[in-house]
Amino acid sequence: MSAPTIDERDLRVESGAVGVNHDRIDGPSKISGKAQYVGDLNVPGMLYGKVFRSQIAHGRITRLDVSIAEAMDGVVAVLVGSDLTDIDPFYGHAIRDRPIVALDRVRFVGEPIAAVAAKTMAQAEAAAKSIIVEFEVLPVAADLDTALAADAPIIHDGKTAAGFAHGLGNLPDRDGNICYSYSLNTGDLGSVTSADNIVVDHEYIFPAVYQYSMETHAVIAEHTGTEIRLWANCQHPFLVQSEIATLFNLPISSVRINVPYLGGGFGSKSYTKMEPIAAALARKAMRPVRIVNEVSESMVTTRRHNMKCRMVTTAKSDGELVSRDVQIWLDTGAYADNGPRVTATAGDAATGPYRWQATQVRAHCVYTNTAPSGSYRAFGATHLQWVGESQVDEIARRAGLDPLEMRRRNLLRRGEVVRVNGKPLDADLIGDIEKVAASLGWGEERKQNRGKGISVGLLAAGAHPVSMASVRMDATAGVSVLVGSTEMGQGTRTVMAQIAAQVLTVPMSTVSVPEADTRFTPYDRSTGASRSTTVAGKAVERAALAVLALLLETAGQIFGVADVSNLDVVDGSITDGKLSKTFSQIIKKRFGFVGGELIGHGEVKPEGGSGSYEEGPVFWEVCIAGAEVEVDKNTGVIKIIRTSSVADVGQAINPAQVERQDEGATLQGIGNALFEEILYSSEGDLLNDSLLDYRIPTILDMPETMNCIIVENGDGPGPFGSKGCGEGALAAIPAAIVNALGDIGIEMYELPLTPERVWKRIQEIQEIQKSK
Amino acid sequence: MSEPVEKFLCVVNGKQQIMEVPDNTLLLDWIRTDLGLTGTKQSCEVQVCGVCTVLVDGVPVSGCTTLAYEARNSNVMTIEGIRGTAFYQRAEEIFMRHSAVQCGFCSPGFILTVFTLVNAGRKLTEHEIKQALHGNLCRCTGYKSIFEAAIEVINSEVGLGK
Ligand code: FES
Ligand code: FES
Repeated sequence: MSAPTIDERDLRVESGAVGVNHDRIDGPSKISGKAQYVGDLNVPGMLYGKVFRSQIAHGRITRLDVSIAEAMDGVVAVLVGSDLTDIDPFYGHAIRDRPIVALDRVRFVGEPIAAVAAKTMAQAEAAAKSIIVEFEVLPVAADLDTALAADAPIIHDGKTAAGFAHGLGNLPDRDGNICYSYSLNTGDLGSVTSADNIVVDHEYIFPAVYQYSMETHAVIAEHTGTEIRLWANCQHPFLVQSEIATLFNLPISSVRINVPYLGGGFGSKSYTKMEPIAAALARKAMRPVRIVNEVSESMVTTRRHNMKCRMVTTAKSDGELVSRDVQIWLDTGAYADNGPRVTATAGDAATGPYRWQATQVRAHCVYTNTAPSGSYRAFGATHLQWVGESQVDEIARRAGLDPLEMRRRNLLRRGEVVRVNGKPLDADLIGDIEKVAASLGWGEERKQNRGKGISVGLLAAGAHPVSMASVRMDATAGVSVLVGSTEMGQGTRTVMAQIAAQVLTVPMSTVSVPEADTRFTPYDRSTGASRSTTVAGKAVERAALAVLALLLETAGQIFGVADVSNLDVVDGSITDGKLSKTFSQIIKKRFGFVGGELIGHGEVKPEGGSGSYEEGPVFWEVCIAGAEVEVDKNTGVIKIIRTSSVADVGQAINPAQVERQDEGATLQGIGNALFEEILYSSEGDLLNDSLLDYRIPTILDMPETMNCIIVENGDGPGPFGSKGCGEGALAAIPAAIVNALGDIGIEMYELPLTPERVWKRIQEIQEIQKSK
Repeated sequence: MSEPVEKFLCVVNGKQQIMEVPDNTLLLDWIRTDLGLTGTKQSCEVQVCGVCTVLVDGVPVSGCTTLAYEARNSNVMTIEGIRGTAFYQRAEEIFMRHSAVQCGFCSPGFILTVFTLVNAGRKLTEHEIKQALHGNLCRCTGYKSIFEAAIEVINSEVGLGK
């Protein structure tokens, strides 16, 4: 990220906005229920939308009859595939494989076939129920093995159409049901094996998981003929804007998206989700329509990829790692969604942050007849870290090494190559893991049935580094920060306000951060990949510095000094050491009037090169955690005694928010490791589509102790040396739990670690020991 | 095909309202859509998550699984009715201090649950508080901050049990 227009003064001393636990600026309105989410909004003339979805996993539509629905009370419009003949109805940022509604074929249970707009929700629901559809049923591939078999039903025909934002170079054509493959090789695998090496070789299974942001996907759409307006709970408004513009043949600026508060995102609201169908329905109804998913619908809108993985790690008998060979198959469901990027990130995470003589990674993204899989917090890393780290621990046990010592010997050091041509390691991993181990009481005497585990990983973070922001200062020195990062609970509005307040030396109470509105808010690529503080925050810092430059310029004239570096900025005033002028006095002087405002623009773009995936990442997010668990060997029930995670953030802008991020990610990691699992029948039916059957962690699942260690080495590329956080713990916790089980001899190769699975494994291990 | 509609009275947050909805209308939909009180949220719709919690005659119920009809002729209290109370002021201050809010979708529900616990007037142990909060889900915070905030609110209002 290139140099700003004036020197990045270290203003930390003068103003204490950064590094302080400022109250969330949106806290009171959220706690009091005043904060509005999309489902709380009303637009004049608004109708209620209901989507009619497929009940079968794979079939050709032979009859679709919506005439009863159209004639029902209150129904204004029913959208079907044949309404879309005037546009190219396919979308998908990675692969354009998905029609707005099914055209002639359905590929998963829950795929939208039609949508109703009616005056009340009850009317819309009743009308949707009356829709008649008949199919010619096609063979179903509801799991990876079936989809990869030689005689598998092929889920997509025709050529692969690359989406507008996959960012992964040339997309090769499909190979059967494999829609994308990523490979990464170093050294020569064949030449490094030797007879006395330790070899660990297993197959691993990772479950499909539901992100469950408590607020489901929701969107209000209005199509006026020349303009589309959306109020959407999307994480990436600017990517959605451009995808909707393309779909409906409009200039980008003719699509306007407002993003109010999101009731959680975790990746489930990244990229385009319900916006196309809502916009198409509004176009047909010629009135605004609101669609709010039920939980069962959001579960089939996006989920986390389930995975099969085969990994072989070799090491010398003293524990020095030698090679790793990994094959990964990720189930992306019926449409690619973010599958290709997840696949690449999983491939990157596969070798872990270790020094190798040779590695080979082949990761495949596979279509099946299940709901599309996309982003979920720490994708790829969560998939692979427990696999790789459990192998590192197995080697340590066989080499007779302590897992911590094993890592000290093999972990990469700062500046070493993580991925060829990519960013070298920008963190102190050994320092971090030692802190975690210490907080777990590493090396203390073991209690019965209790084990401890640690895990280390890296996550390619930051996505594409393109963000812009504006900072406006009014004549009373009130500041508004216009930035596209969407507030989904991570606290970005507070953090952005802190950054601006810090630079401008003004109190937090004078800074506001309104919601993203693509008409007024400058472009920001996305909210995800732990990028907001680092990348968008940098744009805010630069925009604030640009305002400061304007203030200094006028102050220089007032004080009659040519070199403004002789002036000091203190608490909202500028002084030459003798006289002092407040910002609002300076602004008044500048315009000779009571009005006017200062506007600063900040921009972040790739420093060098193209900002492509291979050159990245913006920073390596550290995924380090430890856990102590207790196993009831009679029931297989696991209790998490304590967890510890590292937030290696460079500089915490708001330490309390950093801790909350890690705590939330820890609980999600516990859910992912212990019990969360979306289940499909062989016919592709989703078996647990409600929170009665799909359980997420409650307060009773909270560990007795949850410890977040904030590490501030000032080594991030973001403002004040910061770098993002919030995902690492989710990748690291399942791995730490698996290793804690391994610590007491229960090596697990399949998640989630349900009591049944753990109990069976204990019996298996006892059998093996008996037969020895 | 409009369904026959009967009229009932219902006091919501101290204000008399006429309930005039089809008899299969959920209490949550009546509150959110007809009355426009959107502080009460909707998520799971199966009485698991607690974001739809409202009080009917002082008893917490899930608006998603309660018919509006069942609340006829009764006193309904939502977050909008609690907002102005002294209890709320203290609870908000404590929740803020613990940064026990992230996306906020679960927050009004937690406040309602804590309000009910305080109103019961009984000293609760930390264990009992945890048990009582387990009907409210939060996907963001990891619960720790909410748990600590709830303990502090309850302790300051009625004291903790041993
Ligand atoms: S929406 Fe009522 S309990 Fe979840
Ligand atoms: S703060 Fe987001 S669900 Fe609790």
